[in-house]
Amino acid sequence: MISSPPGPVLIDRKEIRILERKSIFLRKTLLKIIYTAKAGHTGGSLSCVDILNVLYNHVMNISPENFSEINRDHYIHSKGHSVEVLYAVLADKGFFPFEALDSVEKYGSDFIGHPTRSVSGIEQNTGALGHGLSVAVGMALAAKLDGRNDRIFTLMGDGELTEGSIWEASASASHYHLDNLVAIIDRNTLQISGRTENVMAMEPLEEKFTAFGFAVRRVDGNSIPDLLDVFEKLPFEAGKPNLILARTVKGKGVSFIEDKVQWHHHVPTDEEYAIALKELDEAKKALGD
Amino acid sequence: MGSNHLPVGSANLDIFSKTLLELAEQDRDILVVTCDSRGSGRLTPFGEKFPEQIVEIGIAEQNLVGVSAGLAPSGKKVFAVSPACFLTARALEQIKNDVAYSDQPVKIIGISAGVSYGSLGPTHHSLHDFAALQAINNIDIVAPADNFETFQAIRAAVHHPRPIYIRFGKMPMPDLHTPGTSFEIGKAIQLTQQSDHYDVAFIATGETVALTYLASQALAEKGIACCVLSLHSIRPFDEEAVLHAAVNSKVVVTVEEHSINGGLGSRVASFLMQAGIFRPLRIVGIPDEPTVTGSQSEIFRHYGISPQGLSQTALHLLEKESVS
Repeated sequence: MISSPPGPVLIDRKEIRILERKSIFLRKTLLKIIYTAKAGHTGGSLSCVDILNVLYNHVMNISPENFSEINRDHYIHSKGHSVEVLYAVLADKGFFPFEALDSVEKYGSDFIGHPTRSVSGIEQNTGALGHGLSVAVGMALAAKLDGRNDRIFTLMGDGELTEGSIWEASASASHYHLDNLVAIIDRNTLQISGRTENVMAMEPLEEKFTAFGFAVRRVDGNSIPDLLDVFEKLPFEAGKPNLILARTVKGKGVSFIEDKVQWHHHVPTDEEYAIALKELDEAKKALGD
Repeated sequence: MGSNHLPVGSANLDIFSKTLLELAEQDRDILVVTCDSRGSGRLTPFGEKFPEQIVEIGIAEQNLVGVSAGLAPSGKKVFAVSPACFLTARALEQIKNDVAYSDQPVKIIGISAGVSYGSLGPTHHSLHDFAALQAINNIDIVAPADNFETFQAIRAAVHHPRPIYIRFGKMPMPDLHTPGTSFEIGKAIQLTQQSDHYDVAFIATGETVALTYLASQALAEKGIACCVLSLHSIRPFDEEAVLHAAVNSKVVVTVEEHSINGGLGSRVASFLMQAGIFRPLRIVGIPDEPTVTGSQSEIFRHYGISPQGLSQTALHLLEKESVS
C-alpha cells in the first residue's frame, strides 16, 4: 500500500459542499424508510450518515459495476441494526431503485431490518453484534495472502465494543499486520439502555485499541472535512490495522432526536416526521446552492 | 465381511490431516485455520509443509469462525479446525450467522468429537452438535464412520458449494467398506446385503457404525437378518435409504455418539412417523444424564453402544414386537 503523504491534505471545498448536501439527502431518505416501515433504528442511523456518505462517495472503490469483482474495496456494516442508512446509501449509489425501499421490513421483502446479502451491494449478513470485525479481519487477510490492494472497512457501534469477540478480532488484526483493515467506531456514547459508559465503562478506548496494536486516529464523525482528511491519510502506519474513533452525535441532524436515548429505535410520528424534514430542508438551504 | 473382528485402520483424525496435506499440494487455495489446535488436529506436518496455507487464530473460536467466513469470498477453501466441543458451542452464533446464514462455504471441522476426549469430561464432549446444527438452516452435517468415509468427505468438502460441518474422533477405526464403494454427501451407505426383508434396521452414524456392524454380525449368527446403514450425512438426510431400511424391517435401532435428544435418532423417528412408517424404535446414544467418567470405549459400553449392547437392544425390541 502507498504510505500517507506528509502534511495537511487539501480538500476541494466544492466536494465538501456536495457531500454535505448529500448527507442531508441521505438523512431524509433514511427517515422516510423508517417512517414508511414504522420500524428502524433512527438515532444510530443518523449518527453515522456522514461516515457512510464519505466512505461510499469519496473513499471506497465500490460501485454496482465492480461489486461482483473481488479486487475492490469492501465494507462490512457491523452495527447491523442501523441498516436504514446503508439502504439509503446503496440506493443512492444505484445498487437498486429507491422505490425498493418502500418494502423495507414488509412481508416477504428482501429488505429486512438488518443487512443481508439478498440485497445488492451488501456482502455479509450482520445484525448480531461483535461479528463484523472478525469477518473484516478474514477479508483483509485474504487480500494480503493474495497480494491484492483491497481495503476492508467496517463500522462498529460503540455499544458493541463490550462483545468479547471484538477483542479476539483486534488481537488477530494486529498479529497479522493488517494495515488494509479500517475499523471505524461510531462513538455516539449512547446505547439502548443509556450512556455507554454507564452501561459498561470501556474508556479509554484510544489507549485500549492502541494497546491492541491499532494505529488510532480521532475524528469528528459528523464533519465531512474531518472525515475526508482522516481517510486520505490511510494507512496511518505501515503494518498496523487502522482504527478511527469517530465522535458522533446520535440522531445527528434533527434537533429533537439528537443525543436522546429514547430515539434508539423510536419511529417518528407524522408530526415528528414533518418537523424533521423541515429542519433538514432548512439545513440544506443554509448550505446554499 | 463376516467376522466378529474387523481389521483396524488409522484414526479418522489422521486420515483428515493426511488427506488435506495431499489435496493442498494440488490446490493452493486450501487454507487451514486453527485455534492453537494444529497439534490436536495432527496438522503440524501440514503447517511445516504449507506455512502460507495455515492461519493461526489462537484460542478464540468465535474469531476462528468469523475470520474463516471473511476468507471464503476470496475463493479460499477454508477448513476451520477446532475441537468439536468448543467450535459448535462457543462459536455457534458465528456458525449460524457468519457462515450458514451468510452462505459462506466454510468447512467447519470438529475434531475429537462426541466423547473422544473421554475422561476429560463434559467440557470436552460434543453431544449437542447434531442437535444445534440441525436447527440451523444451510449447513450440511457429516460424521464419517471410517477412514474411507473420512477421506471421501474431506475430498468432497473442498468443492462443496454450501457450508458444511464434518466431525470425527481420534481412535483408530476399522475399515468397513469394500473397494469400489461409492460415496456421496447425503447418500447413506448400506453395509449389509440388499434385501426386502430384514428383522432389524440399524441406522448408525460416525464412529458407532463399526460397533453396530459387529452387532449385526453377531445377530446374523443367531439367524437374525439386519440391515446396517452408515448414515454419514445427518444433513442432507437420505430419506430414501432410511425409508427402504425401515419399511423392510420389523424394528429400527438408531446409534450415535450424541445426546439421544435432537440427533440422528430424533431425525429418523420424526421422519418415519411423518412418513407413516410405524416401527418399534430405539434411539441408542448418550442419555440425558451426567455422562459417566471413562474412555470413549468405556462410555460407549456403559450406554450400550457395543456389539453386545446393541444386539441385546435389538433382541429386546424384536421380542416385544413379536408379543404385541
